[in-house]
Amino acid sequence: MTTVIEVHGVSKQFKIHHERHQSLKERLLHPRAGSTELFNALREVSFDVGAGETVGIVGHNGSGKSTLLKCICGVLKPSAGQIRLRGSLAALLELGAGFQPELSGRDNVYLYGAMLGLSRRTVDAVFDEIVEFSEIAPFIDTQVKFYSSGMYVRLAFAVAVNVDPDILVVDEVLAVGDERFQAKCVDRIQRFQREGRTILLVTHNADQVRALCDRAIVLDGGDLVADGPTNESLRVFRERLLDEAAEHDPERLLGTIQIESVTTPSGSFEVRNGAGIHLDVMVSSQGAFSGNFVVEVFTRGGLLVSRSDAQGAPVNLAPGANRVAVDLPALPLLDGVYDVNLGVVDALGHTVVAWREGAASLQVIYDGREGGIVALGAAVTQL
Amino acid sequence: MDEASLAGPRERALAEAPVRVVSARVGLGRRLANLWSRRELLWGLVFSDIRIKYKNSALGIFWSMLSPAFTLAVYYMVFSLFLKNGIPNFVVYLFAGLVVWNMFLTAVSTATGVIVDRAALVKKVSFPREILALSNVGAAIVYFVVQVVVLVVFLLVLRHAPAWGYLWLLPVSFLALAAFSAALSVVMSAVNVYFRDMKHLIEVVLQLWFWLTPVVYSYENSIAPHLAAHGLSVLYFLNPVTLIVVTFQRVFYVTPVVHSTVTGQVLNILPTWSFDRFLLLNLALLALSLVAFLVAEAVFGRLEGNFESEL
Repeated sequence: MTTVIEVHGVSKQFKIHHERHQSLKERLLHPRAGSTELFNALREVSFDVGAGETVGIVGHNGSGKSTLLKCICGVLKPSAGQIRLRGSLAALLELGAGFQPELSGRDNVYLYGAMLGLSRRTVDAVFDEIVEFSEIAPFIDTQVKFYSSGMYVRLAFAVAVNVDPDILVVDEVLAVGDERFQAKCVDRIQRFQREGRTILLVTHNADQVRALCDRAIVLDGGDLVADGPTNESLRVFRERLLDEAAEHDPERLLGTIQIESVTTPSGSFEVRNGAGIHLDVMVSSQGAFSGNFVVEVFTRGGLLVSRSDAQGAPVNLAPGANRVAVDLPALPLLDGVYDVNLGVVDALGHTVVAWREGAASLQVIYDGREGGIVALGAAVTQL
Repeated sequence: MDEASLAGPRERALAEAPVRVVSARVGLGRRLANLWSRRELLWGLVFSDIRIKYKNSALGIFWSMLSPAFTLAVYYMVFSLFLKNGIPNFVVYLFAGLVVWNMFLTAVSTATGVIVDRAALVKKVSFPREILALSNVGAAIVYFVVQVVVLVVFLLVLRHAPAWGYLWLLPVSFLALAAFSAALSVVMSAVNVYFRDMKHLIEVVLQLWFWLTPVVYSYENSIAPHLAAHGLSVLYFLNPVTLIVVTFQRVFYVTPVVHSTVTGQVLNILPTWSFDRFLLLNLALLALSLVAFLVAEAVFGRLEGNFESEL
């Protein structure tokens, strides 16, 4: 496999101005004032991406993921290290940033295309496709300043995905447009995957990464903390999020509650032919706490099978050891291993106070010959 | 089957694709190569600059002729009619110098603020940033060409023939002007990111610069004798725009020595240099301007590394 992106010990430092003195007068009057601090947005990050891979870059806000992406796109220059790229790259960073409001949609398509490195002739060839994808054909000769924000973004997205890039870099932009347009975007990204293009997807939406990526990279405070199969990386990501939350936890609840163990009455995690399973969960708590229990079931491929309502299962934990019964009455799942994640959230369902990723692995055995995840047991009768 | 033939056409093409490197320091050669490879963006930006400027105006690009024509009329009235400088056909002399000055002024004054003005773009889209400054120089060149066309029409109407033998100086001189304007524009656009006053300061400097350039007066007639007395003639030509203006005046106005329309005295308007001397000086200026452009590119490369924390 050809390596298309090589990130080699990339660091990026930003100067943070505590007081900005940008005018000449201010600089002359305060030669030393306006102290600056160096902020490390990225620290010696290295990884390779091969052709055709779809890699998710996850991290919470301020983890450096957008900085990394901008370095890869060449919008920012790394302070140290280098990035080697093979093939053409199109970036969906902020859609429509290159648009000139005074120009018509048509002119902007050409201008934006040129910014992405396309010749006029190339844009000519895909122009109709761009207009069709963006769904704004009647307004293509209208000045862009009269566009709605949705039209604006759709046109920008349409240009970027029609440029035939070898590498597509996407930064949180899949949240644009209405649901139908979003589906269209995801569809286009999946088509890119089939065509063997390389995709870098930056998001803090773990579900999106699970759905689209084979591999994920986790950044935390500018450090690369995980790089591997999506599932494993996301586990690290969630644990980091929890650690992070613990630091900013006003009520100091985190760490006071632990999910200690998960067992079954029979001692086996085997599930046969759609039967249910009963999980015995031991939860220790240092104080009394009222919250909710959350249960997630994932396939090994990282597909979310089910997530319980964060406010649907109230529990009242007493100080000391608590026993919680989690009953999954029926698991009409097909053959395979399914991971169960358990968590405790506050009464409003907003703050996670305890989390156990991979609390149990269910071995599901299904005798039927259906394919997929769910055993629907479709019955066909000729009448 | 070996691995290469199993891979799709995209992967095979990729394996041969050139490697692009993003790193802290980019060599000058690579900077110029990047710039050249994105020339189509430069044309696109020049075109859109012009489109936007006159988009909602009834007279459109005619404004790029009207406003210089107005300046021309004012200077002509002040210097020829009121102050009576005695230069015959003064309007041609003035026009020849003004087209040069207008291009330089437009390029530098618009390019200085461009990186700050288009910060949103600079922070989101990857392209050689100096293209923004160069697009303003490009637009200035377009206005320059329009004005030169008007000048030619004007000469035809006045039946004033240019110095045919000196005509070949124009391309050399023009290239020197373009390169020098580009060099200054690129540097100023980057400096303005760090010192936002630059935009205002450059306006003052350009005004002073205008009066240091012999556009509305004659260098030979008014300043040369005083400088020559101290052996400082060379000082005046440290201003690169002077040589270009004088060259354009020599080509379009033609006669270096005239008789004053007021007193009838002999006036030395322009240097009495030979074609070869003009050519040599212009070639030297072109070479210096190109070097200045390379230096500007290098300076820009140093300064652009911190743009994102200043914008």
